[in-house]
Amino acid sequence: MIGYVQQPPSLDVRGVRYAYPDGHVALHGVDLTVPRGDRVALLGPNGAGKTTLVLHLNGILTPTEGTVSVGGLTASRDRDTLAEIRRRVGIVFQDPDDQLFLPTVAEDVAFGPANLGLRGAELAARVDEALAAVGMSEHRDRAPHHLSFGQRRRVAVATVLAMHPEILVLDEPSSNLDPAARRELAEILRGLPVTLLMVTHDLPYAAELCTRSVILDAGRIVADAPTLDILTDEPLLAAHRLELPYAFNPHTTPHP
Amino acid sequence: MGAGHAHVLYRESTSPVHRLPPEVKITAMVLFTVAVVATPREAYWAFGGYALLVAAVAALARVGPRWLLGRALIELPFVLFAFALPFFGTGDRVEVAGLGLSVDGLHGAWNILAKGTLGVLASLLLAATTTTRDLIVGLDRLRCPQVLTQIATFMLRYLDVLVGEARRMRVARVSRGDDPRFLWQLRGFAAGVGALFLRAFERGERVYLAMLSRGYTGRMPAVWQGAGAATAGQWAAAATVPVIAATIAVVAVVLT
Repeated sequence: MIGYVQQPPSLDVRGVRYAYPDGHVALHGVDLTVPRGDRVALLGPNGAGKTTLVLHLNGILTPTEGTVSVGGLTASRDRDTLAEIRRRVGIVFQDPDDQLFLPTVAEDVAFGPANLGLRGAELAARVDEALAAVGMSEHRDRAPHHLSFGQRRRVAVATVLAMHPEILVLDEPSSNLDPAARRELAEILRGLPVTLLMVTHDLPYAAELCTRSVILDAGRIVADAPTLDILTDEPLLAAHRLELPYAFNPHTTPHP
Repeated sequence: MGAGHAHVLYRESTSPVHRLPPEVKITAMVLFTVAVVATPREAYWAFGGYALLVAAVAALARVGPRWLLGRALIELPFVLFAFALPFFGTGDRVEVAGLGLSVDGLHGAWNILAKGTLGVLASLLLAATTTTRDLIVGLDRLRCPQVLTQIATFMLRYLDVLVGEARRMRVARVSRGDDPRFLWQLRGFAAGVGALFLRAFERGERVYLAMLSRGYTGRMPAVWQGAGAATAGQWAAAATVPVIAATIAVVAVVLT
């Protein structure tokens, strides 16, 4: 890489340990680097600490030890730093009903950028752009609970896109989607020009969207390799309660 | 699932009353009610005037009398007490159909019934011509404390979600043979209410986390309130109703 201007990685997690107040240790020193523009899948069984790690990425939880840096900025308790970290990390939570809390789609998409201080035409432009990116422009004035589940998830993606994040973090993006909605979301995600971290145990979805995967189990990163290598390593998957769905053959899938 | 599409009170239309901004209608409704309540109960003709006024607005808003009177039945439990007054009142008594009724009690009953009905009719007209969302916007423009409008906003957004959850839990309960017909069989239902409360509580926590992730700092950004506020002309148009009502009230006070 000599001769190139080195860009800071979108996400740099170093030695993050976290213990819950009751003493239960959820993360035992996690290291994870996601270069800008990459799409990485974070795999792991239930209870592996995936959601705990996600809540560290934008400073909702503060690591007991270690650091989290986003685009070169290290998270801290400082208010301004925290606000900037939360702008840079767009988290799409698993249940869109948790994310969409305002009466209309457009208001909800405007919530994030308005918190950043945007107003008027600039704010409207952000909303239009984000809704267009997920193909939901014509539903801008509808109530979230009148949308289908897939549409709601797409709006949830738009609500964080409107903040122009450095990295998009999706928690189980394919859960509860019917096959068509699942494919539509994949198409949208593939077209977005942002760094992507996808938390999932949907292995085919990881294979479809991410060239690289990491496995988190019992609070540790236990594997970090090209997705195809991980999905074909059956003993590794079995050791961490991950399984390929019946009749799914990673050898025959096209590269993302 | 099709839930949440039904508006119980709102009547879709493009009548002149529908097109008025919500804050104007709220103000007119409140002032009208105040005028009605301030009118002395012996000025029977005044209440006739108010009723005519309500009928005129209803006609303008294209809300039929059947719809209006049907919904007005909601006041019945509240005015039942009024029917007891003539029997239990003290003072002079008159003979009506063989029953000795208290004059004071009759006046009291009339007072509650007439004023209550007029107030309910005015509120119903407001609800029939204004969506719940607009009502909140209107209250916000009238400088109603943000805490209240925010609570109302959350209620509007999550009521359907909660009702959906309650319905799914009931279906699951009934599917396992629960068939509460009598009061002492309500155990399952009571436990369900508890579970629903816990779910709502947990959802509240998740919604708050998702809001924090998008830069929420404890105050809703004031974004949309400015657009579409009422013009002086609209205020003047809507003022006709409370002005007429106030005139009737003043005349009634002077005459009695």
